[in-house]
Amino acid sequence: MKQLMTGNEAIALGAWEAGVRVVAAYPGTPSTEITENAAKYDEIYAEWAPNEKVAMEVAIGAALSGGRAMACMKHVGVNVAMDPLMTVAFSGVKGGLVLITADDPGMHSSQNEQDNRRLGRFAKIPVLEPSDSEECRDFIKAAFEISEAFDTPVMLRLTTRVAHSQSLLEKGLRVEKELPPYERDPQKYVMVPANARPRHVIAEERLLKLAAMSDESPLNRAEINDKKIGVICAGIVYQYVREALPEASVLKIGLSNPLPKKMIRAFAAEVEKLYVIEELDDVMEEQIRGMGLDVTGKDVFPLVGEIFPETIREKLLGEKKEIAYRYDGDIVVRPPVLCAGCPHRGTFHVLKKAKVNVLGDIGCYTLGAQPPLAAIDTTICMGAGVGMALGMEKVRGKDFSKETVAVIGDSTFMHSGITGLVDVFYNKGCTTTIVLDNHITAMTGHQQNPLTGFTVKGEPTNAVDLEALIRGIGIRRVTVVDPFDVKGFAKVLKEELAAEEPSVIIARRPCELLLKGEKDSYYIEAERCLRCGKCLKIGCPAIEKTASKVPIIHGDQCVGCGLCQNVCGNDGVIRKEGE
Amino acid sequence: MSVKNILIAGVGGQGTVLTAKVLSRLLIRKGYDIKVSEIHGMSQRGGSVVTQVRYGEKVFSPIIAPATADVILAFEKLEAVRALPYLKEGGAVIVNEREINPMPVVMGKAKYPADLESFLNCCGAEAYIFDAYIQAVAAGNPKCLNMVMLGAWAKKAGFDPEECLAVIEENVPPKFLEVNKKGFMRGYDVF
Repeated sequence: MKQLMTGNEAIALGAWEAGVRVVAAYPGTPSTEITENAAKYDEIYAEWAPNEKVAMEVAIGAALSGGRAMACMKHVGVNVAMDPLMTVAFSGVKGGLVLITADDPGMHSSQNEQDNRRLGRFAKIPVLEPSDSEECRDFIKAAFEISEAFDTPVMLRLTTRVAHSQSLLEKGLRVEKELPPYERDPQKYVMVPANARPRHVIAEERLLKLAAMSDESPLNRAEINDKKIGVICAGIVYQYVREALPEASVLKIGLSNPLPKKMIRAFAAEVEKLYVIEELDDVMEEQIRGMGLDVTGKDVFPLVGEIFPETIREKLLGEKKEIAYRYDGDIVVRPPVLCAGCPHRGTFHVLKKAKVNVLGDIGCYTLGAQPPLAAIDTTICMGAGVGMALGMEKVRGKDFSKETVAVIGDSTFMHSGITGLVDVFYNKGCTTTIVLDNHITAMTGHQQNPLTGFTVKGEPTNAVDLEALIRGIGIRRVTVVDPFDVKGFAKVLKEELAAEEPSVIIARRPCELLLKGEKDSYYIEAERCLRCGKCLKIGCPAIEKTASKVPIIHGDQCVGCGLCQNVCGNDGVIRKEGE
Repeated sequence: MSVKNILIAGVGGQGTVLTAKVLSRLLIRKGYDIKVSEIHGMSQRGGSVVTQVRYGEKVFSPIIAPATADVILAFEKLEAVRALPYLKEGGAVIVNEREINPMPVVMGKAKYPADLESFLNCCGAEAYIFDAYIQAVAAGNPKCLNMVMLGAWAKKAGFDPEECLAVIEENVPPKFLEVNKKGFMRGYDVF
């Protein structure tokens, strides 16, 4: 019987069916569930690596020793993995090696909107683009065949709508691949210049062979209908085109690098008007124009954000569906917020009160940038704040460092904070770094990391000792605080900012969503409330402003963290139910 | 048949995902092709959440275009109004009347619009507004609000309650099964 699966579940299933032995990844929306699902198969070794570069290297090692392996990450994760990727593209593989990139057109939960098809082209490797869950499963199997047949890593590109949409498919069976004996082959795998030069030649020749294959591949197919309009498209856009233009002819591209140029020429010759519709960059269009073909694409469609079926109908047919019902008043936005009981709320309250500059990065704590906390100055990428704090100190001096902190999550610190901190120590910075240790990778939906003591399969494992790791760098000032002890935290912060040497504060409290069991809620004793509004400034979704200026705590949302009690202007007014 | 579109709108944490799961399993049993789309990530943290379900003989796009939804199933009033441009002319909107204040309202920086119910009743769409929270509490647990909403939809969409209950049985842990079934029936009997 057919089952409803997300693209991510189908990728994991496809990997299992293809006999994959190793899946390594770092969590990142919209890619995270691939590895979570791969971990459910006993035949697959799956892991959360500390970052995407390591994940890529684990997968490369597995492939070079003969097993099929896959590395999974979000689009910006591939930036981190580029170093090993660019060179394994020269050396080639042994067992099949597939890199999954999950791009995010529309930036549903990302800091940029880069188009990783360009990175596939840059690395000179094949790029596959499935358009639904069944294709996710089928294409991953095809990707491993191509990888081994052409001795190349393969990129499989998802977008959010493919990764997170569910469609029907029938489960298949796993085909085991026998492990060949391990053979040393330094000329192929030791990429010193003398060996890498001939490998570059081989990589270029390989691309020509792949181009010839692309023209024959069933991954690309022409669907000839009415010939007035012909559309070249790939991935989710194929589904949108079929939805919007049921009559049109379509050249569906599944293998988008290298493009099937003969097929494209033949298709162009068949249709009256040729379009290429692609989200984000003009990757296909540029090449099709380079072939001397007359094609319409980005002159009509945007380079930014998603393209929807209704956009296609509007641009190609001039048809626009009128909205039937619309409320004319102000529909208040409902932005995501830090959860009730979130430990980061305590940290940002302390930082805001101390009026310091806060250099952040990527995680739940990025929500600390939202009002009323509004306590983050910068968010660039994973781990960025630690190095940026040093850069600011070198421009603006040590006094600036005394009013500036970098904040970074526990998982993010392991991902790319350590090296920044080494730089601070090595180059005589005196910055203060705050590690927000909530015992989990929270933003992507609670994944384990090297500090938590559990693997992706939920098995107990070694946990890295965070304090020892930081002290091991040579940093002497390492203090652990409870982010809800706002007075204690503020005192430590003052001392550490003043110190003329690098310091680290670990703000340690588990993510509220990890805590099980009964939770007492708090209430405000109305008669004694000063109406100072301090409890409202922490931005807790359970505390609401009222007309009488005495806030109300909603019992169904309060989880009893007690932070409001700690910031209250009049001791004893905010109390636990029953006390 | 032509493709039908159901848009489920709510607030992160209200259980829209389970509603979509049961609903889609029911449609698979009926032999339809189906696609479901939801965006994970940031929106889980108390933000607006939307799940889109499309079913019929053959479904291409997993997402619903504006002014094409047959039904909007809204777990919260403001979210119903936010999603309303997706409703097709003459479509139905089933709404839980309870209000959940978004952060700007909680902070006192914005007002929750006071006229949403009268707007929904007068806009021309087929509107069914009720207190799903009360029904969930009466069923034994406010958390089964999602099954109450599902029940209200099943009645309006003409689905057999017994068949729905069978699908709920397959998708809800035994511990919570009774209360979820009760919630479903309360929703089913509202209209």
